[in-house]
Amino acid sequence: MSENILELQEIHKSFGETEVLKGISLGIRQGEFITFLGSSGCGKTTTLRIIAGLESPDSGKVLLAGKDVTALEPNKRDVNTIFQNYALFPHMNVFSNIAYSLKLRRVPKDEIRRRVGEMLSLVQLEGFERRMPGELSGGQRQRVAIARAVINNPSVLLLDEPLGALDLQLRRQMQQELKKLQKKLGITFLYITHDQEEAINMSDRIVVMNAGQFEQIGAPADIYDHPKTSFVAGFIGTANLFGGEVVSLEDGLAVIKTEESLVCAAAPEGIKVGERVTFSVRSENLLVAKEAHPNFRLPATVSENSYVGGMLRLEFTLKNGRTVISSKHGIRTHISLGQEVFLCWEPESAVFVDRGEPDETKK
Amino acid sequence: MKRKNSSFWLVAPLYLVTIVLVFLPLIYIVVLSFLRKDALWGVTNEWTLDNYRQMFDPVYLKTFGDSLKLAFATTVITTLLGYPFGYFMAKLPPRWRSLCMLLVVVPFWTNALVRIYGWMIILRAKGVLNGALMAMGIISQPLKILYTYSAVLIGMVYSLLPFMILPVYNSVEKMDWSLVEASRDLGANAVQAFFTVTLKLTLPGVLSGFVLVFVPSIGLFFIADLLGGGKIMLVGNLIKNQLLQARDWPFGAALSVVMMLMTLLIILLYRKITGAKDLEGFF
Repeated sequence: MSENILELQEIHKSFGETEVLKGISLGIRQGEFITFLGSSGCGKTTTLRIIAGLESPDSGKVLLAGKDVTALEPNKRDVNTIFQNYALFPHMNVFSNIAYSLKLRRVPKDEIRRRVGEMLSLVQLEGFERRMPGELSGGQRQRVAIARAVINNPSVLLLDEPLGALDLQLRRQMQQELKKLQKKLGITFLYITHDQEEAINMSDRIVVMNAGQFEQIGAPADIYDHPKTSFVAGFIGTANLFGGEVVSLEDGLAVIKTEESLVCAAAPEGIKVGERVTFSVRSENLLVAKEAHPNFRLPATVSENSYVGGMLRLEFTLKNGRTVISSKHGIRTHISLGQEVFLCWEPESAVFVDRGEPDETKK
Repeated sequence: MKRKNSSFWLVAPLYLVTIVLVFLPLIYIVVLSFLRKDALWGVTNEWTLDNYRQMFDPVYLKTFGDSLKLAFATTVITTLLGYPFGYFMAKLPPRWRSLCMLLVVVPFWTNALVRIYGWMIILRAKGVLNGALMAMGIISQPLKILYTYSAVLIGMVYSLLPFMILPVYNSVEKMDWSLVEASRDLGANAVQAFFTVTLKLTLPGVLSGFVLVFVPSIGLFFIADLLGGGKIMLVGNLIKNQLLQARDWPFGAALSVVMMLMTLLIILLYRKITGAKDLEGFF
């Protein structure tokens, strides 16, 4: 029927007065690594729980391999979940945890032993069969949870912020392992995270969620380079948003009158003179000059400098008090606090997002 | 050194109270159980094991047997009633939960004896229960419940039910429900999830309930006295009779010692099974 392994159709869900999901629809392809990215409370976990069958939608449908599973109980769905806290059964050892679903289905003992053995070697936990979950480290528990969830070879694996409790190093390592595992098993992964870096590292496609809706769906590079809304621009990486009015168009360049001054941007199709626009400039695309120059038309004062993750991060205050941020590799000592500078960017690096004034709070 | 000293003096009153009110009487009972009864009243200072030997009399063995049977039946019934009660109570929304908790605890504010008299009114031939059943046409003749084994069992279950409900409630309330979700997700239906996860994880509560119900039900004598009409003889009744009516203090003391040892055995068994040092949520 449908090529998509999983399909969400117009899903609505409210808890009491709060509308958590506002009619979301999405098709997920077989073998895809798709990530739902959003801050807490955006409805991403609720979406996952609806797919798993742990929550039922107020309206809308969930199709799994073309079959409507909306009304099916969780145990009747060919979907498994890795829970945020792993939810390992504390009264069972590693072997019994992993073997749980097979035992329920009365798989013969020899086969259980063989398949659990395979899973243990897959997640590199051979020899841990007799350990109890309480005796394992965070990373080991994580592996047991993975083994327990994939032993049934589900058509979709749901992962609810599975790396949230791990430290940064282990997190990076597990990201790589999960990605490899997904390629090896060919299972569709639906991954939930609030960490944009994680989403960009692992996903084939990212779904950016905000307030119960999908803001943008696309490949990581697509979402990074061409954010469609100011929310997406602000959520992924550090973006500076500017609002203004188009005053002239020539040679594919739009001159825009912002509150601060006149600036340039590559004109997107369909833009008209007199239109109010919002565009985003990524912090790494912001150029800084000490002296005024025909292109450097945005005067600013350096208000803060710091090093974040090997990058020099500079904060500038514009004339109207707004703050913009730039980040660059390496160390530049010739810029000091309080210095008057001029800002610019390549016209192509200005990306037009939703219409209207930029939202200051999402800067 | 100095600190150690001062902390000793802080807890000293606690030791004193424990020694005077618990330890000394206990020793007194144990010593008493090895002495011979004097002709009329009190004891002679002659050591003997007769008091313990006397217990192997079939009449007394039967009393122990009956007591254990009743205690066992009480425990089984309170578990069957108390588990679902505690379970659903823990799953109620907080407001209803506290109301429910209040209903469980309120009877403790009234004297237990008075509450058992209440049951006599309900259970007797022309009592509330028979009246209601006859009015509904379910029975034509009043049922003989009062002064039977059933009445004693009802009274026991009634009195001890909270001691099952509360520990069960306690352990269900602490349940991590994501484990049940995980089990459903892995293919368990609701019943399988309950038996493989919920019940297993709340078992410590149930076992505490076992101990808290089983142990007192061996000794509760006034329920058997009032609702059993003196026809049901339990270890508790036997001890009371030996001390107050037969005036055989040494034998009563010996019975008490044996009962205490039985209790101790059950608690040791409990610890062995659960590996816990304390009863769940109590003591």
